[in-house]
Amino acid sequence: MQQVKEQAIDSLLAMDYDHTIRSIARQFKETVVRFRRRGAIVAVSGGVDSAVCCALAAHALGNRRVLALLLPEKESSPSSERLALEVVKTLGVPYERHDITGALESLGCYERRDAAIRDVIPGYGLGWRNKLSIAGGLSGQFNHFYLIAAGPNGERVERRLGFKEYLQIVAATNFKQRTRKNVEYYHADRLNYVVVGTPNKLEYDQGFFVKNGDGAADIKPIAHLYKTQVYGLARHMCLPQGIIDSIPTSDTYSLPQEQESFYFALSYQDLDVALLYLENGRTAAELAAAIRVDEVTAGRVYADILAKRRSTRYLHESPVVLQDA
Amino acid sequence: MKNVRDQVRNYISVNFLMGLQDAAITDHASFLDLGIIDSTGVIELIAFLEETYGIRVEDAEIVPDNLDSLEAIDKYVARKTFSCASSMTA
Repeated sequence: MQQVKEQAIDSLLAMDYDHTIRSIARQFKETVVRFRRRGAIVAVSGGVDSAVCCALAAHALGNRRVLALLLPEKESSPSSERLALEVVKTLGVPYERHDITGALESLGCYERRDAAIRDVIPGYGLGWRNKLSIAGGLSGQFNHFYLIAAGPNGERVERRLGFKEYLQIVAATNFKQRTRKNVEYYHADRLNYVVVGTPNKLEYDQGFFVKNGDGAADIKPIAHLYKTQVYGLARHMCLPQGIIDSIPTSDTYSLPQEQESFYFALSYQDLDVALLYLENGRTAAELAAAIRVDEVTAGRVYADILAKRRSTRYLHESPVVLQDA
Repeated sequence: MKNVRDQVRNYISVNFLMGLQDAAITDHASFLDLGIIDSTGVIELIAFLEETYGIRVEDAEIVPDNLDSLEAIDKYVARKTFSCASSMTA
């Protein structure tokens, strides 16, 4: 049954991959030339989006005009770095590795985050790991946030986050994305390159990025592509099987965190269809039939997409230049 | 003493709107429809209600029926404070 559903989704989002690659490559090169830069920086995380962006950059500019960056920190999954390395070696692009743990420690990233966590879970300390999750949207509630922590002896604690603690945990954690972007722009300035942003359409549309962190870039080659299509491109471009089989994760929190439980509340396949249907004016009943949920749930999926768009609109805004009035 | 509606209206007017557009906050107006609150605003509002009225907003209660207008909040707080008072005297 699941396989039939996945095939149906694939056919809904089918595209001519060769045409798409040619189109992106042409626009990519035109943009780099227009910006009078000489190449592209891509931070490769070990996920499918950055892998496809790196492959597209290499295809557009030639692999010697791309510098891939591996930017782990002490809480990154080791398997992510292994996959990232496999990607850059498969593509034959030059790369540098820069562990950002020291920078994050200097900024107080871990210390500030853990202080906020201890306000919620006083016993949190050495050997504990954490992640956030979102809940509410699909059950007709307002979205709200939970902290999930796992202790060294297997204990697991889940607490709803209050306003101050939630903001401080997110603010401290955002040091990670912003520090990575600092390193990316260092190399971009050094080499006169552009910085590539790697969000797919779901992340871009739903605001799943950090402003001036992973949201900052000179070019975003796949922000118009559904996640299903990005996986299709990865297969078409013969990227490593580990990338094609990977489950989307944030790799930002120390506990394993699938994007589905962190932010999106649905699998990326179902959310792709929901976004596609919403943009094409399809009813909740039609969406319900397509992703096999009841109509009330489908309506809540639409409402949740719109709510997240509203909540994150600010992230897309450029600085407002005030005028004399 | 101000009633719940006036207190929450004043809180939203000062804290969320900084005095702009506060005429739109009528008793029945939906905060969502007005674009006044988002998910962060909701947990901020919950913190205000818990602190001001000494209640605990349970997870299942974070719904528009309880929190999306001044009237809804007024009724919700009345239910919660009544149940708190009842449990204390039981």
